[in-house]
Amino acid sequence: MADSTAVDPAPVVVDGRPTGEPLIVLDHVDKHFGALHVLQDVNLTVHRGEVVVVIGPSGSGKSTLCRTINRLETIDSGTITLDGKPLPAEGRELARLRADVGMVFQSFNLFAHKTVLENVTLGQIKAKRVKPSEARTTAMEILERVGVANQADKLPAQLSGGQQQRVAIARALAMRPKAMLFDEPTSALDPEMINEVLDVMVGLARDGMTMVVVTHEMGFARRAAHRVVFMDAGQVVEEADPETFFTAPRSERAQDFLSKILTH
Amino acid sequence: MDLMVIADNMPAYLAGFRLTAQLTLVSGAGALVIGLAVAAMRVSPLGSLRAFGAVYTELLRNMPLTLIFFFAVLVLPQFGVVLPFGYWTAIICLTAYTSAFVAEAVRSGINAVGIGQAEAARAIGLTFGQSLTSVILPQAVRSVIPPLINVIIALAKNTSVAAGFAVVELVATGRRLAQQNPGDVMLLLVGVAVFYLLFTIPAGQLANLLERKVAFAR
Repeated sequence: MADSTAVDPAPVVVDGRPTGEPLIVLDHVDKHFGALHVLQDVNLTVHRGEVVVVIGPSGSGKSTLCRTINRLETIDSGTITLDGKPLPAEGRELARLRADVGMVFQSFNLFAHKTVLENVTLGQIKAKRVKPSEARTTAMEILERVGVANQADKLPAQLSGGQQQRVAIARALAMRPKAMLFDEPTSALDPEMINEVLDVMVGLARDGMTMVVVTHEMGFARRAAHRVVFMDAGQVVEEADPETFFTAPRSERAQDFLSKILTH
Repeated sequence: MDLMVIADNMPAYLAGFRLTAQLTLVSGAGALVIGLAVAAMRVSPLGSLRAFGAVYTELLRNMPLTLIFFFAVLVLPQFGVVLPFGYWTAIICLTAYTSAFVAEAVRSGINAVGIGQAEAARAIGLTFGQSLTSVILPQAVRSVIPPLINVIIALAKNTSVAAGFAVVELVATGRRLAQQNPGDVMLLLVGVAVFYLLFTIPAGQLANLLERKVAFAR
């Protein structure tokens, strides 16, 4: 991303709220893992072009929340709609939906036996039936954009963690998604590689991509998020714009969490 | 004892060897195809396919091969299924039996591929079948090449069971030659052993070669 040096997010928000229509809507979502109630009556609306950062202590359900949005996790009750349509059950319908929602994982999950270029063309060719030559052109453009075009012919294991994660972002972007989900995208990275990934994400946010980002990177939240959602024990405890949340959190649990992570 | 006894019977040996090699290659190819399909069934989202795959594997894997031959020859005809005797019976029994072992080897390979690979494949919109054929199986099969070659080596040796069912492969050839030349039994059987080794030792080396060739870091 070329504009990584810019400082403030573009003003696409009015009164701390994005103006686009709702794209992702979670309505009274509940989920259990056995006896554990991991999502408790979660309501969340993400508008088109909005960047929502989800933070919270580990085990708070934030990753699970992220994964329910493209149905990598099923839910027990409630509804999730994407662009006005409820998530379909397993099958082709669901596969099509997933192609519209990019996902970036903590552990990259690049296809280990395929080159960087093949990682980025596979979905286009198989799921979208794009011609291989066209898919390659698109892939190279996107790899260029995330700064790893010169690694196109290597296998994932030959790349650094930061490079792998940028390839993973490129793989998701190649599907031209309506929204991108990031599940702790920098948690598995060495410190010196975190920024190269965050810069790409900030660039995406500036370009108006709808994003749900589960992260511990408070700097990213301040730089690029329109809204911070704080989760604890399976519940959305607090939602606010980043400035308000970090300077004057309302709930005790958020205050406690922030005091633990921001004191050193 | 005379080494010439092997040289003199070389045509018989070669005919037996050819048949053993044929049984191995044809059944092996069939077993690989069916084994892959059964392994795929066992990880399918459809419960009925999973159940079929499990029953198929457990039945064939846990029965002696000889018993499978007897079933094919003696029991199936009672249900109106008459397999062509000899060669094709052997091919069908060996294929079915070996496919269960192939399926188990491939399934262990599938389990060894990280769950993240399947999730990533689903997340970019691949269907279950596409994830399996483009992402999971290529990695799974590469990681189980040594056990798969073991299965094929076992198959090469298991073809000898067909000797009891009117197929004159290597072991049947050896038995006949031994009956004709009772003084040279040991040499004649060593000859049979050498022909097996001609097949199985290169197979083991092929495994090493393939393993290195398709290796990739995870």
